[in-house]
Amino acid sequence: MQPKETEHTGLLPHLFRLEYSKMTAVLCRLFGLHCIEIAEDIVSETFLKATEAWAEHGIPENPTAWLYTVAKNKTKDQLKRHNLFETKIRATIPVTIGDNELQIEQEFDFTRQIIADSQLAMIFAVCHPVNATESQICLALQVLCGFSVEEIANAFLAKTETIKKRLLRARANLRTDEFKHTLTLPVDTSPARLDAVLRVLYLLFNEGYFSKTDDHLIRKELCSEAIRLTLVLTGNSRTNTTQTNALLALMCFQSSRLDARSNEAGEAILFEEQDKTLWSKELIEKGNYYLVNACSGNDITKYHLEAGIAYWHTTPTDTNKWEHILQLYNQLIVLEYSPMTALNRAFAIAKVNGNKEGIREVKKLNLGELNYYHALLGYLYAEIDMDKARAHYNKAIQLTASTKEKNTLQKAKERLEK
Amino acid sequence: MKEFMLIFRNSNPAADTPSPEQMQERMNWLAGIAAQNKLVDKGNRLSMGNAKTVQPDNIVTDGPFTEIKEFIRGYIVVKTATIDEAVALAKENPVLKMGGSVKVRAILTPGESN
Repeated sequence: MQPKETEHTGLLPHLFRLEYSKMTAVLCRLFGLHCIEIAEDIVSETFLKATEAWAEHGIPENPTAWLYTVAKNKTKDQLKRHNLFETKIRATIPVTIGDNELQIEQEFDFTRQIIADSQLAMIFAVCHPVNATESQICLALQVLCGFSVEEIANAFLAKTETIKKRLLRARANLRTDEFKHTLTLPVDTSPARLDAVLRVLYLLFNEGYFSKTDDHLIRKELCSEAIRLTLVLTGNSRTNTTQTNALLALMCFQSSRLDARSNEAGEAILFEEQDKTLWSKELIEKGNYYLVNACSGNDITKYHLEAGIAYWHTTPTDTNKWEHILQLYNQLIVLEYSPMTALNRAFAIAKVNGNKEGIREVKKLNLGELNYYHALLGYLYAEIDMDKARAHYNKAIQLTASTKEKNTLQKAKERLEK
Repeated sequence: MKEFMLIFRNSNPAADTPSPEQMQERMNWLAGIAAQNKLVDKGNRLSMGNAKTVQPDNIVTDGPFTEIKEFIRGYIVVKTATIDEAVALAKENPVLKMGGSVKVRAILTPGESN
């Protein structure tokens, strides 16, 4: 028994992550979003059964197919037991399904197409502005990515109770009448709704990429989940827009540096000091592919501009790259203000026109409360005025909450003395 | 914070065909305002050639030529604490190097008197 057990315990969590949200989505489409708990129960029971059965009999030949068969049977039982079919499905989904089992079976088969459609519908339901953005992100992690409440709390450095409450409220909002038919197709993929979905996926990715948590694994997982969900959008012609492709390109370019940008202690490694052999060529190439797709129209969204900037960062040898980057930051800041964009733009100015010019620009920004403001001034003053550089690094350390970031800044400060 | 419209005027024909460097300089200036979170509306450039003036008695003439010595080239809207701050932003506008001028006008909110 023992070897079998260790074998399946490694596979199950992986399959769970991968298949949980797909199964839930398909079942929710069958039952309606207001029955999401029933759907989740069936999926959880399925995985529970797998844990028991696989420990006893070993892993089946096709584990995924095994899971889907069990889920399907459990669903049929469920439908029979609660007569759910008559009371819920028929009432809410105006399609003609006969009473005989054969037709029911066809209706909720887990085919690739049905999974893809259901996932898309689920993404749009979860990323609905009825909930606040941060609730949408939590909900996405739970419902779309199969994260546990503890894992979400860990990623946000929040209390488990806080996340639990947030999720309960968000779920209650999705059970209202407005969502009764949300999961029936076609999904409302109007530009405003797609914008909202892309924004949540963008923030989900950033949550991983610029995460508060020091847990490298969770950060990577958040990034790859964001990519996976964005890929679902590119799989449907109505959501495969240039904007979606731009976002995906951005995610690929950024992810390509995930392994290079922090050391084993979890401290950030400055771009210039990264081991470029650790950059993922494969992800850079994927990024290029989606960037080309993104540029097939006339749209220029903030994802296009950010993907453009990220692209130039993958070309360390290009001599003019900072001029291109500055131009992109110029466009980005005019499109949408954010303190980080303003600081990054000032950094680009320093790269193009020298540190003095950069310092002049940073000082205009009126962001003295931000640790990054002082970290940037510390960096820019390093070769001009040691005392000022030291003072700004001290101020940055004082304003930083994270221990790892404090260490990174402390090291930068110590380098001044050498 | 108060909103001000910056109106750019220039009668120099060279302003019709800015070089890439000039365009870039203008973009740097505009982005510099945005970076301070003081940009409300990036505005637009206005055409010189495709322009008419409509006057009373059904008189329509080509261009804005007769009224204004210096053509209005474009505008943006900024938000600053004082008009002096808005003037400081305007002073750095590259249009000034080409013989143009910038008018700074406070935008009145509904009900606000002059």
